[in-house]
Amino acid sequence: MSDGPGSGADIVWEAGSPGLGAPAGTEWETVIGLEVHAELLTRTKLFSASLNSFGGEPNSHIDPVCLGLPGTLPVLNRHAVELAMRVGLALGAEVRPSIFARKNYYYPDMPKNYQISQYDRPINVGGSLELPSGKVVGIVRAHLEEDTGKSTHVGGAGRIDDAAWSLVDYNRAGVPLLEIVSHPDLRSAAEAREYVTELRATLLAVGASDGKMEEGSLRVDANVSVRPLGSAEFGTRCEVKNVNSLRSLGRALEYEARRQIELLSSGERVAQETRHWNEDTGRTSPLRSKEEATDYRYFPEPDLVPLVPDPAWIEQVRSELPLLPRQRRHRLAAATGRPPARLALVVERGQDELALEATEAGADPEAVLKHLEQNLADGTGRLTAAGLAGLITMEQSGELTSNQVKEVLAEMVTSGESPATVARRAGFEAVGAGELAGVVDRIIAEHPAEWQRLCAGDDRERKKMQGFFTGQVMRATKGQANGRDVAALLADRAGA
Amino acid sequence: MTAGPAEAIAAAVRAGERSAASAVQESLAAIAAGGELGAFNAVTAEAALARAEAIDSAVAAGEDPGPLAGVPVALKDNICTRGTPTTCSSRILEGWEPPYDATVVDLLNAAGAVVVGKTNMDEFAMGSSTENSAFGPTRNPHDPGRVPGGSSGGSAAAVAGGLTPLALASDTGGSIRQPAALCGIVGMKPTYGRVSRYGLVAFASSLDQIGPMARTVADAALLYSVIAGHDPRDSTSIPEPVGDLNGPLDGDVDGLRVGVVSELCGEGIDGDVLARLEAAAGALASAGAEVGEVSVPAAVFGLSAYFLIAPAEASSNLARYDGVRYGLRVPAPGATDMNVATRTAGFGDEVKRRIMLGTFALSAGYYDAYYGKALKVRTLVVRDFAAAYERFDVLLAPTSPTVAFRFGERTANPLAMYLSDVCTVASNLAGHPAISVPFGSGADGLPVGVQVMAPALGEDVMFRAAAALERLLPETQPATAGARSAGAVTKETAP
Repeated sequence: MSDGPGSGADIVWEAGSPGLGAPAGTEWETVIGLEVHAELLTRTKLFSASLNSFGGEPNSHIDPVCLGLPGTLPVLNRHAVELAMRVGLALGAEVRPSIFARKNYYYPDMPKNYQISQYDRPINVGGSLELPSGKVVGIVRAHLEEDTGKSTHVGGAGRIDDAAWSLVDYNRAGVPLLEIVSHPDLRSAAEAREYVTELRATLLAVGASDGKMEEGSLRVDANVSVRPLGSAEFGTRCEVKNVNSLRSLGRALEYEARRQIELLSSGERVAQETRHWNEDTGRTSPLRSKEEATDYRYFPEPDLVPLVPDPAWIEQVRSELPLLPRQRRHRLAAATGRPPARLALVVERGQDELALEATEAGADPEAVLKHLEQNLADGTGRLTAAGLAGLITMEQSGELTSNQVKEVLAEMVTSGESPATVARRAGFEAVGAGELAGVVDRIIAEHPAEWQRLCAGDDRERKKMQGFFTGQVMRATKGQANGRDVAALLADRAGA
Repeated sequence: MTAGPAEAIAAAVRAGERSAASAVQESLAAIAAGGELGAFNAVTAEAALARAEAIDSAVAAGEDPGPLAGVPVALKDNICTRGTPTTCSSRILEGWEPPYDATVVDLLNAAGAVVVGKTNMDEFAMGSSTENSAFGPTRNPHDPGRVPGGSSGGSAAAVAGGLTPLALASDTGGSIRQPAALCGIVGMKPTYGRVSRYGLVAFASSLDQIGPMARTVADAALLYSVIAGHDPRDSTSIPEPVGDLNGPLDGDVDGLRVGVVSELCGEGIDGDVLARLEAAAGALASAGAEVGEVSVPAAVFGLSAYFLIAPAEASSNLARYDGVRYGLRVPAPGATDMNVATRTAGFGDEVKRRIMLGTFALSAGYYDAYYGKALKVRTLVVRDFAAAYERFDVLLAPTSPTVAFRFGERTANPLAMYLSDVCTVASNLAGHPAISVPFGSGADGLPVGVQVMAPALGEDVMFRAAAALERLLPETQPATAGARSAGAVTKETAP
């Protein structure tokens, strides 16, 4: 509902043209606000009993109410309200008494030719989302509405009014959506992606949505404008639609910002309009101008009563919220002493609990994070926190070489066994000090010329020969010797 | 207490003294004989007879089919019936068969009633004369040259003409009460939310309410008690249980405070109608009621608000008739062209007029001046009524400003037609119950109705006053001056 006064964009972004005639060399700032539609994970539709499930034979999840047959009436799905409240509370929004409104426009995949949405009194008002970078993005509102069906236009240019025929699938009609509108607080395509990633993680954490952009259960529309860096006014914005992945969001925003900068730099104006992102051409093109925008003739939905959640219900939902990604980052930051931004990956992979426990078990936080980030991208499997902590101790005490650590870790992920068990079975028991001294002495005896060069050579020569002897020892011990111990023995024998 | 025909049939069928089949056959015969009335869009004779036999079998097996056992009921053609066309008397829905029954139809079936057919109406319930039906007019049984009122003219004519003892209709701005008054029967609009709207094809959702039409107050109360109650399929349905109405129907009016609405007792109301209103007030006073005058200013200016709110909601409710999924489709090259061609051909003039009016009232830049203001007036209506009900238990007013008018008399002037609703719309705006009770005759011996209004959920006191009026009627009018007998259908050229 980008065109309604209820959207944050319309409240905040006054059309202006601060960049007009900007001097050459002007630095530009991109300003982005996002409208994210998330399909809610309810069993049934927002106002009727047919299933809310992706896929299925066309028109197999339908009923008289979601088809808007004459005489039918909507009945609000309580679970959808609860999920909306979960998201709102997770975003720090105020859950308010709200009403539904009808948004009137004609389209064949909208059965009633009006959409039941929320307009001037949405369920969630305000709030914010903290990104891993620490940036806080303001939330205008997050409101409930019903989804439309899907049209397939066959023939012609694939558009509704020149197609030979159109097929309509109403399985999606009436699926509950939460539209989450941000303030225009984002300043780059990368930041927009970070916002969507974090919002998606939050939706997943509270169980409100499966967040699958490719299946359309998470859809993003972007309001984009540019302005000279330092300007207090906003530029004229365009709304970019048809962005179907994080990657295309980034591409579309970069393209659109560049297009606007080029216009303004050459003394032209940006027209306020809705633009369509084309993934294949990598361009946006005009869909409709501000003048062509539909007058949705919103009015209160008379078939539904005001939605006034009991304060006790709100508090119950709040108390049942799981830890959010932001809270998990901060929790791990407190335990590891590392900045939250560094911890985003580990939290995103759901490995923060393991990291926290391993750290609490006494393992070096840096080593814990390093293993999670670098060696456990494919998951931690049956690895336990105690096992990881034990492995790190063995690594740092020199019992295992770094190559051995990787092998043991991989085995622990599969088997869940302790590092000692795995290392023993693999024959990775560290070479004892006495045994190692014997090996070193034997190698020295076998290579008298090289030994002479080590003892008598200059620094460069000595370093080179140290490398030679270390390599020989490693080969003889099949890599199980500790490098530091070998160096110490060589130094001792050389009388240094 | 006069035993109504519905009560009589149900009692006889339940007692095994008469078969449901005979009651239904009698009704079907009357419908066939009264074909000139144009009351029905569809008669479901076969299904009705099969159902009557099932009821008779149940009685024979010792079961009680319910309080409406074997009673034939006509349904306004905007009440959905599974597998039976539900047209709203519009070309755009011609032939459409709903895949479900309205909640009220389920309740009728559960009470042993037998639906015998669907009745004519103004298209989508927009009108006050049933002249806006796409399928032709319905005649007033008291004078075939006159309209039966509307929009529920078919249901009113069916009951007044003796075709069925009972009918269901819908009332958005007076569509039950005004035709009841013009046809000389009882018509009642319940408190908004008292009767489920599930399966009622919407005209104006915040005003629509299904209600009974009958020949006696007791029959109306009987039908009302069957259809009233909470329905989880209608979010605006009221959860409070429905009380027993038998007591109120027999109760006297001694000490009942009756306020006559002064704004509806003067200009714009015909003298013969006012005379009957005065007679009604006098009769109640002589029976012990405390009758006084009360000013309810919003009762009159509510009409303007009504003609913004109802069309606004209608413009949205009727958007779904686009030729895509059901009903009429007029082919055209593109989807938008098809929508336009279908709606142009499928809707009549009055429906188009109201869609345009409503669309305009909701448009950007006009919302505050029209729809927004109308909602404020609606609040004032509720406030004015609340003030009146501090001093009075019920309010008394005419139902219609005039007796039944002639075909074509008002069709050229929509505003004159809209004024037919002036006495009735306020109850819809406030969501209050109101009933029209026949109270003698006016000009040309045509029936006059008197309206009793009550506060929300005040059906019991409303029925008490209405039943009293029914009992008191003979005292107020010499028998020779009675209305022409209902059902006296003469064959006259169609208008």
